[in-house]
Amino acid sequence: MTKGVSNTFKKRNVNLTETIAKIFFLVCSLVSALTLFIIIYFIFTNGVPAMFQVGFLDFITGRTWAPEHNYAPQFGMLPMLYASLISTFFAFIIGSRIGKWCAIYLAFFCPKKIYKPLKTMIELLGGIPSVIYGFFGVAVIVPFLRNNFPGFGNSLLAVIIILSMMVLPTVINLSEAALRSVPKHFFEGALALGSTKTEAIFEIVTPAARAGINGAFVLGIGRAVGETMAVIMVAGNVSQMPGSISEFFSTSIFFAPVRTMTTGIALEMSYASGLHRDTLFGIGVILFTIIIILNISLTILNRNETNYAKES
Amino acid sequence: MPNFTIKNANLYYSDFQALKDINLNINDKNITTFIGPSGCGKSSFLRCLNRMNDLVDGARVTGKFLLGNDETDIYKISDVSELRKRVGMVFQKPNPFPMTIYDNITYGAKMHGIKDKKKLDDIVEKSLRDVAIWEEVKDRLKKSALGLSGGQQQRLCIARTIAIEPEVLLMDEPTSALDPISTIKIEDLVGNLKKDYTIVMVTHNMQQASRLGGHTAFFLNGEIIEYSKTSLLFSNPKEKQTEDYITGRFG
Repeated sequence: MTKGVSNTFKKRNVNLTETIAKIFFLVCSLVSALTLFIIIYFIFTNGVPAMFQVGFLDFITGRTWAPEHNYAPQFGMLPMLYASLISTFFAFIIGSRIGKWCAIYLAFFCPKKIYKPLKTMIELLGGIPSVIYGFFGVAVIVPFLRNNFPGFGNSLLAVIIILSMMVLPTVINLSEAALRSVPKHFFEGALALGSTKTEAIFEIVTPAARAGINGAFVLGIGRAVGETMAVIMVAGNVSQMPGSISEFFSTSIFFAPVRTMTTGIALEMSYASGLHRDTLFGIGVILFTIIIILNISLTILNRNETNYAKES
Repeated sequence: MPNFTIKNANLYYSDFQALKDINLNINDKNITTFIGPSGCGKSSFLRCLNRMNDLVDGARVTGKFLLGNDETDIYKISDVSELRKRVGMVFQKPNPFPMTIYDNITYGAKMHGIKDKKKLDDIVEKSLRDVAIWEEVKDRLKKSALGLSGGQQQRLCIARTIAIEPEVLLMDEPTSALDPISTIKIEDLVGNLKKDYTIVMVTHNMQQASRLGGHTAFFLNGEIIEYSKTSLLFSNPKEKQTEDYITGRFG
């Protein structure tokens, strides 16, 4: 009887399908890893020789960017490096604070009724194309700055404002996920010792989510450093920087137009040729290096932290 | 002499009544264990005693919970923090905070106003000695508490709780996540602590309840079926349901 039943089923060739599946998934993951190496290869092979042709130090520390000059072209990218770093720095300071506090609100204080619309709006904010942010900058931020502050409005400050807004969705969504993944028993343990809800959240739960929040911050910084389109539209795009230390520490730097590394590349790539074209790749190399440094520092920063988001 | 007197207590989760008319005197400097099958309300009741149920949406408690010689009704205390200082709690899963051993112990003390470094050092040493873990950890007080073993973590959590000198110590199945050897250590520790604290413990393990002694309450379907001296409850239960449960006929 039993024998008859078992004979009605066909024997499956399990081993073959398992092997095929394994290879298929392996190929898929190799494709994404390979993409990275191809990108690195082409940027570096184009950019690094140009950097050395110009002179590495001259390239990094030169203050004049005049690539199409007839007799003596100059390739000093320092003003662009300066603009990228300083705009990212301030955008990060503003965006990370607001983003983290917003995430804490969403994760712990937000009433259910408000949560859904709020969360949807923040997610939508993350999906808006950057050129739309640029429109907002052109239509609102730049005229506001022009009417109320010195300069023409297209300035470092405009870049900082727009980047602060753009890092918010990344920081908020990832920080909220990190906060939510902290085991509930930390929160309860703190309450049981007599903490108020706010104390438990700020003293115990948020520090426990540090690894995930750091990750959110680094991705936010990455977004700010790499942003191009919205920045082009509000930055003024003049490759310049403060000439002296005292000028650097004055507020006037915020109202001066700037050109970041990404916008420098994007603005000139369409017509550049020869050494000029290759130096743009060189800027790309520097940009890439910054991102790599960011990711390595995240790993070092989180060395001793437990990432509950990754554990669960 | 009762340290905690509960009169006509009911607990509702929205429409569901989780506890029905509970009356109980919990004796001072003694251990009281709650036994009963899963879902009988013993943990819910424990969480009424330090108002942990306040956190649950839709939870509502009625009745009187009179704490200590001053017979404070704990549901009339406006500052829950003050109540939880008097009624400490240890959880099922060891939950040391992700910070150093030292900071784990001083967290509560600092919050309740102790700033003096010397005093804090003394509190750390005393509470770790009380839970018999001082010798094991004294050289790594500044290391993360998460590096300790499960049993050590649970003792650290007990130390953290007694560091703020509560009157009552609530324990919600404190050994169910631990191995047998750590369990025995915790039981020994609880046996010592009952000299100084009123201990209320929920346990799944009837052998544990009988080993610990003191008083035992048997919960079933949100009611206390029987409450008496532990030795009496296990050797000579008055109620049929208690007898069925402790002899393993259900649960």
